[in-house]
Amino acid sequence: MSASVASRQAPQVSVERAGIQTSIQDGGRFGYQHLGVVPSGAMDMESMLLANALVGNTPDEATLEMALQGPTLRFACEALIALAGASFGIRATHGQSVALLLPNRPILLAAGTQVSFGHAPDGARAYLAVAGGFDVPSILGSRCTYIPAGFGGHNGRALKKGDALALPSQASTLARARFNTLQKKNVGVVCHGSAATTVRWSVRTRSLPEDEVTVVRFINGHHRPLFTAQALHAFEFSTYRISADSNRMGYRLIGPRLERADSRDILSEPTNLGTVQVPADGAPIVLMADHQTTGGYAKIAEIASADIPRLAQLQPGQEVRFAPCSLAQALALARAARNALASKTDVLSWQYQA
Amino acid sequence: MGSKPAIRVQSVIPLGDTAVLVNFSDHLDPDINAGIQRLADAICLRNLPWIRDVVPAIASLAVHIDINLTDESDTLDMVRMLVDACLGDKARPSRALRPPIVVPVCYDSGFGMDLQDIGERTGLDADEVVRRHLASDFRVLMVGFVPGHPYLGGLDPTLAVPRRSAPRLRMPPGTVAIANVQCVVYPYEIPGGWSVVGRTPLRLFDAARARPSLFEPADTVRFERIERLQFDRIAQREGTA
Repeated sequence: MSASVASRQAPQVSVERAGIQTSIQDGGRFGYQHLGVVPSGAMDMESMLLANALVGNTPDEATLEMALQGPTLRFACEALIALAGASFGIRATHGQSVALLLPNRPILLAAGTQVSFGHAPDGARAYLAVAGGFDVPSILGSRCTYIPAGFGGHNGRALKKGDALALPSQASTLARARFNTLQKKNVGVVCHGSAATTVRWSVRTRSLPEDEVTVVRFINGHHRPLFTAQALHAFEFSTYRISADSNRMGYRLIGPRLERADSRDILSEPTNLGTVQVPADGAPIVLMADHQTTGGYAKIAEIASADIPRLAQLQPGQEVRFAPCSLAQALALARAARNALASKTDVLSWQYQA
Repeated sequence: MGSKPAIRVQSVIPLGDTAVLVNFSDHLDPDINAGIQRLADAICLRNLPWIRDVVPAIASLAVHIDINLTDESDTLDMVRMLVDACLGDKARPSRALRPPIVVPVCYDSGFGMDLQDIGERTGLDADEVVRRHLASDFRVLMVGFVPGHPYLGGLDPTLAVPRRSAPRLRMPPGTVAIANVQCVVYPYEIPGGWSVVGRTPLRLFDAARARPSLFEPADTVRFERIERLQFDRIAQREGTA
């Protein structure tokens, strides 16, 4: 690739510990589903967009998605970062100076700082944005990693110890300029030893679990008539648990099995993010960001798009319930979510206006 | 050429709030399938900003929508009207027919692990199974499941065998397999319950190519027999060895 010369000079983020599954993600790859290429992208789109806004980026810059246990990274240059989504612990080390930092706010890191992301007491995923975005090539119109087919992001895979991620060459200039703008608008910033400087405020996403049992809304799946009345009742009124073998492709649900009244074969047809399909064993699977584009399993429900970020923040073992809604209600929920996010990102973009 | 048979919308249903599924049939009909593919082309040619993806499938079609751009609208109605307009458009431009995709396949026993079994089920010997597979005129009914994974229609009906009762967990990339009157080629190592006839050394999907997917909906496909030596040579070239 012709980028190799440029990347040798580009400032780097070295991966000292990879975390459970850390990958480059953005808003997704559209226009290729007819060739079997799923959009992928961030599991919790809301948190990804907020992370970018927190560092003054456009919404489509590449971020790092971390799951359950975060990575340890070392920034060779000064960088402006923010973590949004689940509240992973953030520990910044610079020489003798060690600082514990908070998510959901812009952080100016000194060159050479090591940042260690722990695990999250709430939620499953967080997004690390850096001013200027991670500099990986755009493949089929997106920088996101599609792990099952091995392309996009950083070498088409989750990060490994020893990887080096490039930042754009102007990353540290951008970091300094943007943080200066923040400093002018905010009286008093906080210095955390020599490692980091932050503002005093934070802006959170709303995708983290709040109640004991998360409730997500669904539209009826069009294969409902193929299920028994008991199955339809069980899906709507039981509590399901996220199985340990859930991943970016799908969330497997543990709970009452959903029996078919009519077991006829279904022609393979398109699926969508949030489709709840039920294989022959009766255990439902919610299709997530890296799902298959088509499938021949019965669809009992389709999760409202507004509730996907909250579902994506559930850890294995956590519980979920499903509540019905109409298409019009699902669209209204999506609109409300979009407006709520816009009110936050608008404030943030004002913060970065010089 | 003759007139193209019309297809009729059976139902228009929400696939969540970000996609609409349009059904045309509840069984595989090659004419309906071809009509759906022409419809998908016609929709794509309109370059509508609110459409993110158009996915023609075996007997249905999905339109994935950017609901940021349709805000207050009734998306079911928008898709229904769009489909009606495209189907009613007599002057609808049709995509230029692409030359047949020729796929080299090695049927050696190491690759075609189910040839004997298919032979026993159909009362043919393994060589005859290969001969009839080679003589079939295939058409891409749909590309889906994973990137570049084709569902091919047109298998000689005398080779129709049901899916295997126990799927194999890991089928190597390039595996060519049949079930009923269809044929698939696995682009990646995935589980598969179809009966294996051979393997191609071609790389089915490569995001870096100008045409990432070897197979696209509506392509015609022919298989060509190669020997093990040729397989190895092509695999070397394709980087699939």
